[in-house]
Amino acid sequence: MRAAKKKKLVVIGNGMAGARCVEEILARGGADQFEITMFGEEPHGNYNRILLSDVLNGSHDEADIYLNPLAWYDQHQIQLLAGVRAVSILRSARQVIGDNGVTAPYDQLILAMGSVPFVPPIEGLRLPDGSFKPGVFVFRNLDDCRKISRYALGKKKGAVIGGGLLGLEAARGLQNFELEVHVVHLASHLMNTQLDSQAGAILSTTLQQLGIHVHVGVNTKAVVGEDCVTGLLFSDGRSIDCDVCVVSAGIKPHVELAVRAGLTVERGIVVDNQMRTPDDPRIFALGECVQHRGQIYGLVAPLWEQAKVLAEHLTGVNPEAAYHGSKVATRLKVMGVEVASMGITEPTQEGDEVVQFTEPKKGTYKKLIIRNGRLLGSILLGDISKSAYLMQAFGQETPLPDERLSLLFDLGAPAAKVTFEEMAPAMQVCNCNGVSKGSLVECVRSGQRTAKGVMEKTRAGMGCGACKGLVNEIVAWACGGEAELDPASEYYVPCIPLSKPELIAAICKGELKSVSQVLDQLSLGGEDASSKPALASLLSTIWGGDYEDERDARFINDRVHANIQKDGSFTVIPQIPGGVTSAAQLRRIADVADKYRVPLLKLTGGQRIDLVGVAKEDLPRIWRDLDMPSGFAYGKRYRTCKSCIGSEYCRFGLGDSMGFAQRVEQRFQGLDAPGKLKLATAGCPRNCSEALVKDVGAVAVEGGKWELYVGGAAGAHVRKGELLAVVDSEALGLKYMGRFIQYYRENARYLERTYGFVERVGIAQIRSVVIDDSEGIAERLDAALQKSVDGYADPWREAVAPKTPNQFSSLLPIVQ
Amino acid sequence: MEVTLGSLSAIPPGEGRAFAVGKRRIAVFHTRQGEVLAVQAECPHRGGPLADGLIGGSTLVCPLHSWKFDLQSGKADHGECVLETYAARLNRAGQIVVDVRDA
Repeated sequence: MRAAKKKKLVVIGNGMAGARCVEEILARGGADQFEITMFGEEPHGNYNRILLSDVLNGSHDEADIYLNPLAWYDQHQIQLLAGVRAVSILRSARQVIGDNGVTAPYDQLILAMGSVPFVPPIEGLRLPDGSFKPGVFVFRNLDDCRKISRYALGKKKGAVIGGGLLGLEAARGLQNFELEVHVVHLASHLMNTQLDSQAGAILSTTLQQLGIHVHVGVNTKAVVGEDCVTGLLFSDGRSIDCDVCVVSAGIKPHVELAVRAGLTVERGIVVDNQMRTPDDPRIFALGECVQHRGQIYGLVAPLWEQAKVLAEHLTGVNPEAAYHGSKVATRLKVMGVEVASMGITEPTQEGDEVVQFTEPKKGTYKKLIIRNGRLLGSILLGDISKSAYLMQAFGQETPLPDERLSLLFDLGAPAAKVTFEEMAPAMQVCNCNGVSKGSLVECVRSGQRTAKGVMEKTRAGMGCGACKGLVNEIVAWACGGEAELDPASEYYVPCIPLSKPELIAAICKGELKSVSQVLDQLSLGGEDASSKPALASLLSTIWGGDYEDERDARFINDRVHANIQKDGSFTVIPQIPGGVTSAAQLRRIADVADKYRVPLLKLTGGQRIDLVGVAKEDLPRIWRDLDMPSGFAYGKRYRTCKSCIGSEYCRFGLGDSMGFAQRVEQRFQGLDAPGKLKLATAGCPRNCSEALVKDVGAVAVEGGKWELYVGGAAGAHVRKGELLAVVDSEALGLKYMGRFIQYYRENARYLERTYGFVERVGIAQIRSVVIDDSEGIAERLDAALQKSVDGYADPWREAVAPKTPNQFSSLLPIVQ
Repeated sequence: MEVTLGSLSAIPPGEGRAFAVGKRRIAVFHTRQGEVLAVQAECPHRGGPLADGLIGGSTLVCPLHSWKFDLQSGKADHGECVLETYAARLNRAGQIVVDVRDA
């Protein structure tokens, strides 16, 4: 019979260790045994600390990284003392005291305080009152993240002290604020815990190519600056200027509370194989604050193992459970460079076998350290395709094949099936959320047949996302070949269960001309806000000028024909075809900028002029005064056609790229599409206008011909365009460009840029439709495009005739 | 305290507009179903102008980083954060009336 009264379990620390341990306890029926109270110093639920640098660099929102929102604690009847710091443990009274005076009595206590940043003694780091000098930050929690984001904005140079894993993550974050970023590292090479000197040097070179300034073997002597940071002084006498300084020199176990409670603390809080402190059978500890068999761990995988052992033990599910230490292996991405590291980085005994491969030019490095036929350590840099196998061989200490080469490279590509079958079920696939191959397989057996479903259920791949590819493959393998596709991934919009061609057919059949009609008649999810712009784009493609334009279906940019900025102001980019302007036009732009006190004038990458920071109310007046058409620099539309000087002046020019660009713009201006369309024309194969990395590019070649390229990109994704055709006239060039664009408009997914579309459909298929007319639809495509071209109207004319009431008002007066 | 903001025709169907009531800024939405709903004007995430957001049913999407909120309850779809909501109705003259309580 269960005891009538529940035991009181107090957990100090609501980070990845504390919360995970509670989850494991709940999973073993702990809710019936314990009344749980948690102290969390930070005022929110539990989040994935591994993703903090993604928050800093803007690729994740804060909201994206929560593991357990506050509601989760309620749901499991856990009392979370959020924002309360535990200040003392009264062991004789069995109570924990919080900084707000709260007293939490315990029968069992778990310490999961994690770690604190190690701040080396550097002169000038602090103000006389002991606080950090403005501009100096540590980088450990969400609050640090927010402070850095606020301060870094508009600054020029940032320095990170520490070139370990966390330091490099911080550097990546700072780069996002367009700072010149310096990394200053005391050791002789970067990431010296995970890499050897050769790999460190290769990583340095790669990072330098990415614009990070790396200083290794450098000791920071002082932070310079009276009231705020202005630079760093090194002990060799050199110095650098910087206005932001992030100290990321490592972490140390957070042990203060344990020391004061009289527990045994060496480098960390000492625990035995049951995660129990040797001093007090009621007190346990886990995570980054503990020391187990002399080891301290700063990675997430050991913590998962510890949480399981402790939960087994506390709930009595398995009193024999024991933790025997972790074999540390990491796989991560540092600024796009893939790194895997496990075990030792250098041979330690005579007779240790070292197998190595280096290709510095490509940033590839592979190293294995083998003893008695077993893997003791490995470093993979640049190409980590063999990491899954090696991590398993390392973890399980399996004997290695005699052919060492096959450990570094896929020789004749063995079937993936064999590999997955061989993979031990306990092998961890997702290192962020601690999901093993076995759990994935179990989830598939329990009925989840899609990768997305398995990921949602197990949370695999929902952390940093690095393992998503592997999860997909394992799910496919566990499904006995092909996993089922999540049907919704094929829908054009999530609320209507139809693919794009099916949806187009349904819209044409029902003659649905407005977004509200489409939602009314076809949506299963009512009026879905996020689907509205996608449907507006599609209707415009189908009906051209005949589509019934409902402004509420448009994103704000397309309601006011300007691009919204972070402060709610807008940018104005007038059309400047081919980047060719005139003195009179420049004078007019200058006058407008003066008259409306435009805070920033910026030359864009598309050879135009951007008036930035304009209030919504001023938009119509500015358009009127400019008297230039819209450049459409705000929508999912044709944007611009960049050009070089071409044949008129350039001594190398073979074709009139400038004139062609103007004619391209004349034809495609304002055309809406599933994604942005950025074009370019180049007057010769030197390609000064970068036509090979545009959605559509034309390059003049000898003999009066133009090469047409499609599917290029040079933004978040870089891809060289593929040759669609070589034409001998501008007219034919325009025709093929238009036909390609219309084919893209009709067949691409919403927000799928041409680089994705061309890759997915294949250039051969596109060429056969657009050039050879293999499907007999060329004429129809041309006509549909022509209809859209004919429907062009300059939206800036709405300056004189607004389309909706108060279209350009940001604040309405009260009228009674 | 109830404040009359003006005619519903000031806001096109399916869109929102912001109003200043005393020191407070309020985003008022005119849904395609003919309702009026009112919430605080700035997104709690990064201060985005919520009146410029897309709406569907009673869901509002902030124009800056696509945070989603329920206009009736004020709740964000990821749970944690809540918008200030204001009871709003139309009076007989078709004017928008918002209850700003202690404003």
